[in-house]
Amino acid sequence: MSQTATHSDSFDATASKIGMWLFIFTEMLLFGGLFIVYSVIRFSHQAAFHLAAEELDLTIGAINTVILLTSSMTVAMSVTSMQYGNRKLTLILIGTTILLGLVFLANKYFEWSLKIEHGLYPGSAILQGFGNGDTLFFGLYFFMTGLHALHIIAGISFLGVVMSRVAKGKIHAGFFAHLENGALYWHLVDIIWIFLFPLFYLIT
Amino acid sequence: MSTTEKHHIVRYRTYVYILLALLTFTGLSILVTSFELGPLAVSAALLFATFKTTLIFMYFMHLKFDQPVYGIMVSVVLLVFVAVLVVTFLDYSFR
Repeated sequence: MSQTATHSDSFDATASKIGMWLFIFTEMLLFGGLFIVYSVIRFSHQAAFHLAAEELDLTIGAINTVILLTSSMTVAMSVTSMQYGNRKLTLILIGTTILLGLVFLANKYFEWSLKIEHGLYPGSAILQGFGNGDTLFFGLYFFMTGLHALHIIAGISFLGVVMSRVAKGKIHAGFFAHLENGALYWHLVDIIWIFLFPLFYLIT
Repeated sequence: MSTTEKHHIVRYRTYVYILLALLTFTGLSILVTSFELGPLAVSAALLFATFKTTLIFMYFMHLKFDQPVYGIMVSVVLLVFVAVLVVTFLDYSFR
């Protein structure tokens, strides 16, 4: 392990990045499959999805979109600053990304709490009274945004490890493949949200 | 070769421009869906999401600057996904 941690001859940055991309592909197809499920169910329950989608708070969804897009920019910039060898700026930029991720999760928490308070959660009596379409919509809403939130938590953890390695000098201007991979993962999480946002909040 | 990394450095300014474009597309997709356009709004919102994803793939994820192999791999996966999507919808439209 310590060999890959330093700038050793056995490390192959291209292979490392291809490995990260392969993992990203599995994630893309995982969420891709869920998007297809969503489309098919929406197709067969159009009226219910129309009404249920209006329950969601567009403002909170839009704010979270802006937060994630901005965090994607800061993590992309951290790769540039690492390439310039500016460790302090890199740490600030990764830290900002993590902070924005946490703000996203806090918003998600309040959003979910409000829905649950109103009795809109899978298996609730109110939802069952509305019928199958609404049950399916909120089932998908909680499952897909929940799975996405888990990815945000994974991304924050990933970037946290990368950040401590940058701080220790294990990731530096001549060896930053792990920072690049962390950034790639964060962008993936951003892309998933870019599709979740219109599907759940915009299209009614 | 084994230890070389990509040395193309993307400027900070480029990322700021991309973020501004992403925010503009977000605003436009919100604007478009605020009118009652029905299926057209769905297509428009998904089209803007696709534009945004393309920008993120090309610039934030460096596909534009990296070796072509990554871009080729991404295209193949996207084609597979589109194929599954098309087959599913063909199935549903002709039932």
